[in-house]
Amino acid sequence: MKAFSNLLSDLILTSSRNRKLALLEQYFSSTPDPDRGYALAALTGSLNFKNIKASFFKDLIKEKQDEHLFELSYDYVGDLAETISLLWDQEKSGNMPRLSYLFENLKKAKTDELKNYIINILNISTGDQRWAFIKLFTGGLRIGVSSRLVKQALANYGDVDLDEIEKIWHGLHFPYINLFLWLENKGSKPKISIYDIFHPMMLAHPLVMEKDLVTANPKDFVAEYKWDGIRVQIVSHGEGCRLYSRTGDEVSNSFPEIIKTIQGNFVLDGELLAGINNDPKTFNDLQQRLNKKAPSEKFIKKNPCFIKVYDVLFFNGDDLRDKTLIERKKVLNSYFSTNRSPMFLSETIDFKDWRFLDKIRDISNKQIHEGVMIKLVSSPYIAGRPRGKWFKWKRNPKNVDAIIMYAQRGHGKRSSFYSDYTFGVFNKEKELVPIGKAYSGFSDEELNKLDKFVRTKTINRFGPVREVEKTLVVEIAFDEMSLSNRHKSGIALRFPRFKRIRWDKPTNEVETLEQIRKSFLE
Amino acid sequence: MISIDNKLYIKDIDTYIDPFFPVERAIITHGHADHARAGHKHVLCTPETSEIMKIRYGENCASSFQTIKYGHSVKIGKISVTLYPAGHILGSAQVLLETPKDRIVVTGDYKTILDRHLDPFEVVPCDLLITEATFGLPIFKFNKPEMEIERLLDNISKHRENTFLIGAYSLGKAQRIIWLLREAGFSDDIFVHGSMDKLCDFYQSKGIRLGTLRKATLDNKKDFKGKIIVAPPSALKDRWSRRFENITRCYASGWMQVKQRAKQSQIEIPLVISDHSDWNELTNTIKQTGAQKVWITHGREDALKYWCEKIGIQAEPLSLQHRDERNEL
Repeated sequence: MKAFSNLLSDLILTSSRNRKLALLEQYFSSTPDPDRGYALAALTGSLNFKNIKASFFKDLIKEKQDEHLFELSYDYVGDLAETISLLWDQEKSGNMPRLSYLFENLKKAKTDELKNYIINILNISTGDQRWAFIKLFTGGLRIGVSSRLVKQALANYGDVDLDEIEKIWHGLHFPYINLFLWLENKGSKPKISIYDIFHPMMLAHPLVMEKDLVTANPKDFVAEYKWDGIRVQIVSHGEGCRLYSRTGDEVSNSFPEIIKTIQGNFVLDGELLAGINNDPKTFNDLQQRLNKKAPSEKFIKKNPCFIKVYDVLFFNGDDLRDKTLIERKKVLNSYFSTNRSPMFLSETIDFKDWRFLDKIRDISNKQIHEGVMIKLVSSPYIAGRPRGKWFKWKRNPKNVDAIIMYAQRGHGKRSSFYSDYTFGVFNKEKELVPIGKAYSGFSDEELNKLDKFVRTKTINRFGPVREVEKTLVVEIAFDEMSLSNRHKSGIALRFPRFKRIRWDKPTNEVETLEQIRKSFLE
Repeated sequence: MISIDNKLYIKDIDTYIDPFFPVERAIITHGHADHARAGHKHVLCTPETSEIMKIRYGENCASSFQTIKYGHSVKIGKISVTLYPAGHILGSAQVLLETPKDRIVVTGDYKTILDRHLDPFEVVPCDLLITEATFGLPIFKFNKPEMEIERLLDNISKHRENTFLIGAYSLGKAQRIIWLLREAGFSDDIFVHGSMDKLCDFYQSKGIRLGTLRKATLDNKKDFKGKIIVAPPSALKDRWSRRFENITRCYASGWMQVKQRAKQSQIEIPLVISDHSDWNELTNTIKQTGAQKVWITHGREDALKYWCEKIGIQAEPLSLQHRDERNEL
């Protein structure tokens, strides 16, 4: 545990990528099994401990510390593990057991012993150790280390390609003994059954017209619609079918009618959408389904879904990931020559020049696509976000002016700043109603000014939320506006972010809710 | 009753404490820029504070200075004014305003833990305590500064190829860090940023031994390996710091207690050394003064106000402007 907490403390205070990689490699080489496997799981967010969640520690600290003082502290620090480690006031000998031992004991402990066991650990640990220990249970480490960076460190450590690790990653088993044997040339590469696992997806970069397309030849690319649903991977074989989200979470249970129907031996990549017969509805319609973990038959009938498929990774046992996109598309075309409902082939868009595509992506009366995808025909299927292969060319955003109403501090890196803003517009009754929340789109310098605005113009406090003087107008960019009965304003914005801060604009020049609804929804 | 308002203006004697704008009469608690400004007519403060103000703002930064030593009083109208050590920086004082009927103490910035290069903080009993709350949250509990210095020295001995750039306020913190390093037996030359050498000289002239200090100029460029350079926090990311190679950035401040803050500022060695009171010091001081009423000038007022009210002490935040909540890079 000591080595692990030192590692985390060093990582959080290191900004250079190379130094982070060096710290990780150093840790993997100097820490024995299975402890390093536990650390690897923690660093990549794959360590699960069912009995203990963040709330467990919250309850624990509330027994020791006044609840309100805890809330104020948490609000200030913005990191639960750090808040509790600082508030916990005990002897610190720092003689912690090793990580794996600690974990196994926690797993074995009976529910009634668990609490005392953890209190004891918190009591004997130093501040840094407490912080690292609690972080194991509170989700996201927030130390500036991505899973990908950790895998890169593994690749460096074993002198193998990062892609090799990505490809087998989801089939590896905790605590990664076989992986380390392979990386240290003491064992063979772990064998993975392709149909048992999620395969990391290939992702696109946002398109920058001037940079990416000016010299590119349209003939080298395929264009498709960028569907406004959720990305899914369909893994199917003799024993059934599973659906995974973009991050590798299994979502099969939410779509029983779909996995029941799909048959075959393949891994496909596509978009899950609301609707029937290849006729997509809006993301808002899909949202209904996504909210239900175990939908009833009646609910499914009312809210049907289907999948538009645009890529294939494996087909009848063949790994197609190294083939070109054109070759993969051929496989798909032939498979979809017969009806495969509820799966459909995602159509490609014929185009001769970029200007034509530019027009297509902006046809705004349809809410079912968000723009177009442009993919290099010669590109293999590469896990991650490789440069220059796939591009997403989103529709131009829409803009609306609104007035800042409330602000809240951010978390992690932004924990000292009021960086989350609720904004609103006037309704018919001249009452200001919130229409959304935005956290991004401003520069660090602008954030400083916004933060100062909030601190000096606060008129009310509700716990961590500050209500501010209704004087500041911001221009908000958003992708889509839809009707919503969850909000008082009756509308919801998709992906709202700051476009400009209108320090000079008077609030009475902001369009009313009625005007906005007219221009965006009718 | 003494009439003092939420701008720390004492009507009876037409005097402000630490005003941010030029006034006729001011009592200045200490020489930091958010408390001591140039341009007042008559200034009352400790002798050290007046010297510091003259070093920073020039001989004519006020029309006249009246100085009194710690523990000494002057009578202005009906009110007797006494200055007590605040333990914050050299010359820092708490202000006691006293009539036969009531006692008001304005702490200014203060810390109560023993810091042997300064006069120790004194608890001054009062009815109304006007306190700071820079670190007014229970997460702020500072270790002994010696431990932080030890950690730094340990790091230096392991990485002799690096240059250790320490961000510390030019007045007070910089000298304290250097003094602590000397106390810990660090005898190497220490390099200082141009903005602080006069103030270091001033500390040395008061008998606080800072050892051999050199300017961190390019002429000395070759000598920076494994050495310590002390500079104001703003210089840590400034172009000025680009002249050094293999920099390890350190920052001496109570804010460094929170790792996420250190990370935000890209600090590699946070030194949790504060010239302000931590949570325990703040709450103990309030209890020890016996004050029935507490005003909080600046800082994390919410938590301290809540704590006061919970134990039956009336508390008001003043939210004085210009005393910045965040001391960031």
